Amino acid sequence: MSTKEKTWWWVGGVLIILYCLFPIAWIVSLSFKTTADLANKSFLPSAWTWENYSTILTGTASDLFLPALRNSFGICLIATAISCLLSMFAAYAIARLDFPGKKLILGTALGVAIFPVISIVTPLFNLWRQIGLYDTWPGLIIPYLSLTLPISIWTMSAFFREIPWEMEQAAQVDGATTWQAFRKVIVPLAAPGVFTTAIIAFFIAWNDFAYGISLTSTSAARPVPAALGLFSGASQFQDPTGAIAAAAVIVTIPVVVLVLLFQRRIVAGLTNGAVKG
Amino acid sequence: MTQTTLPPTEKTQPVSAPRGSISDRSRAERKLGWLLAGPAFVVMLLVTAYPIVQAVYYSLFNYRLTDPDNRSFEGLGNYWVILTDGVWWQAILVTVIITVVTVAVELVLGFALALVMAKALSSIRPVVRAAILIPYAVITVVSAFAWQFAFRIDTGFVNSWFAWLPGVSDTTDWFGGQASSLFVICLAEIWKTTPFISLLLLAGLAQVPDVLQEAAKVDGATWWQRMWRVTIPNMKAAIMVALLFRTLDAFRIFDSIFIMTAGANNTESVSFLAYRQTISRVEIGLGSAVSVLLFLSVVLIAFLFIKGFKVDLAQARGER
Repeated sequence: MSTKEKTWWWVGGVLIILYCLFPIAWIVSLSFKTTADLANKSFLPSAWTWENYSTILTGTASDLFLPALRNSFGICLIATAISCLLSMFAAYAIARLDFPGKKLILGTALGVAIFPVISIVTPLFNLWRQIGLYDTWPGLIIPYLSLTLPISIWTMSAFFREIPWEMEQAAQVDGATTWQAFRKVIVPLAAPGVFTTAIIAFFIAWNDFAYGISLTSTSAARPVPAALGLFSGASQFQDPTGAIAAAAVIVTIPVVVLVLLFQRRIVAGLTNGAVKG
Repeated sequence: MTQTTLPPTEKTQPVSAPRGSISDRSRAERKLGWLLAGPAFVVMLLVTAYPIVQAVYYSLFNYRLTDPDNRSFEGLGNYWVILTDGVWWQAILVTVIITVVTVAVELVLGFALALVMAKALSSIRPVVRAAILIPYAVITVVSAFAWQFAFRIDTGFVNSWFAWLPGVSDTTDWFGGQASSLFVICLAEIWKTTPFISLLLLAGLAQVPDVLQEAAKVDGATWWQRMWRVTIPNMKAAIMVALLFRTLDAFRIFDSIFIMTAGANNTESVSFLAYRQTISRVEIGLGSAVSVLLFLSVVLIAFLFIKGFKVDLAQARGER
């Protein structure tokens, strides 16, 4: 590549970075504006303030935001754990065993993945009210499985197919017990795939809004995206813009940290699941 | 137009044991397979198949949650009410516009991003890769708020930044009309989902054999010719998978519309209509019918893609 060509690809890369980070920079900047500054019509605040963060963490909006944050973490972590556990077994069977129905399971996962969430919300809304799951943690964890399970099965079986399973036998030939072979050889090989799948499943659960807004009514189970959606309606404080921006920044921090730490794995997981499956 | 693809590689079919006599070993394997994969399979069915069957059942009744005693069987009456109402067709129109516009733009933009990423120098590549994952990982609601605040008259900076454009001034109310609202909604959707498409396309690009590129280069093909005759035909499967997933995803749009306009100015999508009927108006019967129709639309789109465009997921995954 000539120097000129190199420069152009470099410029292209910088443009991508700007494209991706610009709206994030905007919401961060907005979260540091004072109430008077919100309508200053410029990108940056004229004076920086922590006011909005104290509103949602200790002030008037904290009883709306903090329980939501706790719900979001709890519900998403439990849903991720359950779907990883279930899909670990399923992916092992799909990658290693020969049985009819493999295609049926992968096909079902695909069908569930393209299923419109709102079509599930309507009947669940009524059913959950009748059996008392409305506005509870399990009432969200169960439907979240419909979001996280399909992608977990696809991603994990793609990872498991690439594991050299013969190494387990090789270890046994070399004198390891079955348990040792599994723990010392297979677990370290499978762990990255499971871990990556867990991150992607967590992203998807964390992102949910439709279930969160429809199947909860109080801070008993309402997750952050739904709480953010309702900030505008609540008249607990005058202009919610600054508080929403601050809350948005706080819920973005976990995903940004995950992306920065595990970017290479996440990309592999996303593309493997969709392209190789 | 001639397209250059590698001839299909012949694979020897695995020879299986003669039918009828399943060995003990394979029977045990079968059992273990279902034992391991069964729970995930059952859970998937329970959380989707069961609710949709329930929705079909509810959709046959005139059933309002605030008035449960007057529940009455309507047959297909709810469907008739919906399909003869302009609100439904308006929602379909909005949803189709958003789907077509966002998917078309995302495909072109995503392809450009994938090309840049493929060529990006190793010094900058990790940064680009991390950056591209940010829009994918950010909550849709957060992205919707960011774009809404940027365009709003009171909190936004867009009007003052782009005042030099004809039609944009300090008082331009982007959320005051249908077209401009949909423009902002599409912009937010495109920003959020293009990176995902570009990652899929990047994986597709990597599958194009280098030999073909080299051969075309030696034969004197221009960059443009190589793009259209070699690169794109060879990654057709990846493009189709990306298109299928994004189209179905775009058709279900809900979060951004809820946050940005709440359906004002005729910006209601089909998903939002179903939500409003069920959750806000507690018309379980009507809402269920809208949900079933939404589900059927998604099935229809998937069917058209798979039959019409011959999307072969097995081929895309390199199984054949």
